[in-house]
Amino acid sequence: MKFTLSWLRTHLDTEQTLDALCAALNRVGLEVEGVENRGAALAPFRTARILSAEQHPNADRLRVCRVDTGLGEPVQVVCGAPNARAGISVIFAPPGTHIPGLDITIKSGEIRGEKSDGMLCSLRELGLGTEHDGIAELPDNTTPGQSYSNYAGLDDPVIEVAITPNRGDALSVRGIARDLAAAGMGHLRPWLAETVEGLFPSPVRWENRFPEACPWMLGRTVRGVRNGPSPSWLQERLLAVGLRPISALVDITNFFAFDLGRPLHVFDAGKIAGDALVIRRGDGETLRALDGKDRVADAEDCVIADAAGVQSLAGLMGGEATGCTAETTDVFVECALFDPVRIALSGRRHGISSDARQRFERGVDQALPVAALEAATRMIQELCGGEASEVVSAGAEPEWRRDAKLRFSRIRDLGGLDVPPDEAVRALEHLGFAVRTRDEASVTVAVPSWRNDIAAPVVLAPRPAGDAAQHSDTLADAVESVRAVEPEADLIEEVLRLRGLDSVPPVPLPSLSPVPLPSFTARQTRNAVARRVLASRGLAECIGFSFTARDNAARFGDTPDSLRLLNPIAADLDQMRPTPLATLAEAAARNLARGQQAPALFEIGAGFDQTGQRTVAAGLRIGHAPRHPGRAPAPASLWDAKADLLAVLAALGVPAEALSVTADAPDHYHPGRSGVVRQGPKIVLGRFGELHPALVSAMDLGGPAVAFELFLDAVADGKKRRKAAPNLSPLQPVRRDFAFLVGRDVTAEAVLRAARGADRALIAGVSLFDVYEGEKLEPGMRSLAIEVVFQPRDQTLTEAQLEAASARVVAAVGKATGAVLR
Amino acid sequence: MPDDLDALKQDTLDALAAAADQREWDAVRVGTLGKSGRLTALLKELGRAAPEERKSRGAALNALRDELGRAIEARGRELERAALDARLAGERVDVTLPPPPEPAGLIHPLSRTMEEMVAIFGAMGFSVAEGPDIETDWHNFSALNTPDHHPARTDHDTFYLPPLPGEGPNSRVLRTQTSGVQIRTMLERTPPLRIIVPGRTYRADHDATHSPMFHQCEGLVVGPASGAGAITLGHLKGTVIEFLRAFFALPDLPVRFRASYFPFTEPSMEIDIGWNRRTGELGGAKGQASDWLEVLGSGMVHPRVLANCGLDPRQWQGFAFGMGVERLCMLKHGIPDLRSLYESDLRWLRHYGFSALSPATLHEGI
Repeated sequence: MKFTLSWLRTHLDTEQTLDALCAALNRVGLEVEGVENRGAALAPFRTARILSAEQHPNADRLRVCRVDTGLGEPVQVVCGAPNARAGISVIFAPPGTHIPGLDITIKSGEIRGEKSDGMLCSLRELGLGTEHDGIAELPDNTTPGQSYSNYAGLDDPVIEVAITPNRGDALSVRGIARDLAAAGMGHLRPWLAETVEGLFPSPVRWENRFPEACPWMLGRTVRGVRNGPSPSWLQERLLAVGLRPISALVDITNFFAFDLGRPLHVFDAGKIAGDALVIRRGDGETLRALDGKDRVADAEDCVIADAAGVQSLAGLMGGEATGCTAETTDVFVECALFDPVRIALSGRRHGISSDARQRFERGVDQALPVAALEAATRMIQELCGGEASEVVSAGAEPEWRRDAKLRFSRIRDLGGLDVPPDEAVRALEHLGFAVRTRDEASVTVAVPSWRNDIAAPVVLAPRPAGDAAQHSDTLADAVESVRAVEPEADLIEEVLRLRGLDSVPPVPLPSLSPVPLPSFTARQTRNAVARRVLASRGLAECIGFSFTARDNAARFGDTPDSLRLLNPIAADLDQMRPTPLATLAEAAARNLARGQQAPALFEIGAGFDQTGQRTVAAGLRIGHAPRHPGRAPAPASLWDAKADLLAVLAALGVPAEALSVTADAPDHYHPGRSGVVRQGPKIVLGRFGELHPALVSAMDLGGPAVAFELFLDAVADGKKRRKAAPNLSPLQPVRRDFAFLVGRDVTAEAVLRAARGADRALIAGVSLFDVYEGEKLEPGMRSLAIEVVFQPRDQTLTEAQLEAASARVVAAVGKATGAVLR
Repeated sequence: MPDDLDALKQDTLDALAAAADQREWDAVRVGTLGKSGRLTALLKELGRAAPEERKSRGAALNALRDELGRAIEARGRELERAALDARLAGERVDVTLPPPPEPAGLIHPLSRTMEEMVAIFGAMGFSVAEGPDIETDWHNFSALNTPDHHPARTDHDTFYLPPLPGEGPNSRVLRTQTSGVQIRTMLERTPPLRIIVPGRTYRADHDATHSPMFHQCEGLVVGPASGAGAITLGHLKGTVIEFLRAFFALPDLPVRFRASYFPFTEPSMEIDIGWNRRTGELGGAKGQASDWLEVLGSGMVHPRVLANCGLDPRQWQGFAFGMGVERLCMLKHGIPDLRSLYESDLRWLRHYGFSALSPATLHEGI
């Protein structure tokens, strides 16, 4: 919403500065988005008159002018403009003036030997236009010495405020003036519309077939008008607030939309077919609206139609066919109330965001239509002449009157500020609330007709498809509970915003417990731990979008239609990613394309599937470790990815012996070089491996690429119980190596597990230290070399005991896997 | 000391001094104290001497043996040390060679910012709550007093997903705000409540200052509506001011409160902090701001929102606030371009990222 300072002053009697007014607007909730003050930069420029203009003795194209600047003696100015001549009125810049169009500051000096004490300017040099046919010529009778910006009406600052959706009343200069007056910034000037007597019955009348959408409409015909351009004061105001002047009749409707927040529409009465304008539902008819676009009105739209068809989308935009033009002689003025919800929905459906919609969907002053129509009629007669018919109407003024009660103690209990009751009541009265009753503890006020946001009907949103608990009884109770407090909160907000929220003293929150409770749940802590572990292992954290191109998502998992955006911002951001790895791989490809070597990246974020979303820590390592003396550049291997994954699990307290690995990772991994990490038969904790070579080449990931995904939500919470004391034996452990010959399909995990299980009391650890497959062995066989740590508890092991334990290891492994000692 | 012993001593000491390496030293040792060494021989002869002489000569021999023993040992250590020095002198390396590189891992500044927020609000008794990114229209809008026709919805360019069977069109959205988690929390738990909700949010807007995905941090406090424990707008101001000053580590940061409007709060306000538009510096000279920058929206929880969650607004009230994580992060760390946060450019990450071990709060560091 834009307005000029002078326009504001027609409603507000104030001596406050622009800065003070802007500060007050911000304070009361009418946020100032910008102030355009063209006059400030033009302050030094004055009107002047050229007394004489002589040829410059030393330059063909220059003239030496004597200029009456209105202040003291005439000054001499050397000017190069071809139109500089005696007698014309001009714009003069004294020395020291900054010329905005040239971005220079002029000074006194000599030009080719002739003194020059200033400059005569073009509008372009003032930054006001593009014309440059010499200096600007003002009308002949212009008095020299005036401020040019004042003379040209440019010293009227344009203020733009952001109006919040609840404040339909502030989409008007008067509404803004009212708030400022209530905030102590001056006095609201009285406004009264004088009645214009109707001289004849209106040839057009209303017929209302859709009263839910339009409770009340008024109108009247003015005949014999001349619809030319509107006067300059009106044009200037509209231009200043960003509207294009069209014709007097149209400009008048726009004026009232901004002045009073009261949208009007003018029909060319001569183009209305029949004698009635009918308010009804649309019926699939096409209307060419005033913006030149065709729109189809459906049954949910409220339209205004004549005998020939739909002529206006009610409250949104009129139709071209019945619009006013220069030829219009009879005009029918519409002034109606429309249902805000229907306007909002229709406006959205049709993509119309007109000034009328903005106001109707927020709610207009429900008592204003009569006065507004009179004021508009008067202005039409003043600007266009003509004589007015009687007012025709349909429906009736809705019952908007309602009260709201404020208990003074609640200002403190909700708003945190003690406001004296007198001050609170005064503030409300300034805003137009009328005191109905008042006692020591409370006041009841009547809500003004323009404040649709105060003590509004309570509409709740019960949970859809919710439990039967929220049936009508509880809903009615809930509505009742809101009615009990909401109007009061409305009033408290009014009192506080006028007082200024800065005056509410800040209070620290009382502590709920001397030591704050943990702010993270165990699950949330896991994310933080995983983040630190991965960063400490050399991976850089990325944050990628949760959506990606469908094709890319398909490389990493399912792409159900239910996870495809209906209105993506770009075609390549249309599918919710199945795993953060999908966007991480794209990030890696971008880094490689930028020449970054060996990217190692991770992200902790959501992956989506049909059952919902889960938090995934995904990591990716590509290329070779940097070269170093004495060390070959090692390629990223799946062991790096597995190590990353296991390091996080270890940090999260998942016992390593509880894990098993199976070779059934999904398709984005190399089928033979990838694994799934499980805990027990059901829980999948993660997966790792080389990325599938086809994917690597399709995404231009270059060299070896390994990845892992860890499902953080699948990690169980740590047990709270205390640990048993450890049995730390004072005796030396004994280490024995075993080399087993096994079939190639036997996993290392099976061998290690069997060895560990051979004697749980005695064996403290089992580890694998060598794998051999090659020509020394029979085809299909490999050798796994493991070290077993025997930890005696009570006494040193005898050689015989050790031999027996070793035999148990060999037997257990042999039984479980068919392995034989090599 | 008898002359022969004196000569032996002198000979031995001379020989020790002359020994150039451990081998020559060993020859002296064996030649003196070994089985057939000169001193050993003298000691063997002692048995044959007269008792009178045996006594005096024995004492002298023993003293000489001890003295020479010490001298030999000392010289031995000396030579051993010299040998070690000689060996080590040949083992020099170029210590300016780099160690094997270990690429540094990094934490993203947005993660870091959210951890800082959690740490500060955690100290004020808040805990972290979460909700799904794919929300129902009801949680994201309707329950928050933003019905379908509400003008505020126009400001949220919402991403829609296909509705699930049996649900209306536009019923499944990518959450445009983290406020839906307020609703979930109030439905699931009973007050008093004190939560913050850092998380991803989505709006269909993409330009230099808008990203289709961004992060918000929501806060909600619900407590009694009256009595000594009543939660008021004063608490909202206290909480937010303390947070902003702690987050930016500016104890005098000017903070301004402006009346505003959100469908889910009343009274509502927007919160600005002082900064200098020209230099980008936060704060203000002597607590006076030259310009203001909006960083938060907030207000007292709207009675309809409480009622939609099954709480009686006559009994409970509280406040809520929401802030853009990106904006606070960019302000704090001087990041000029929003889009760079999501580009995963390693050069950028190395510039703005944080070490894995840098603590998120002062307290953690102590």
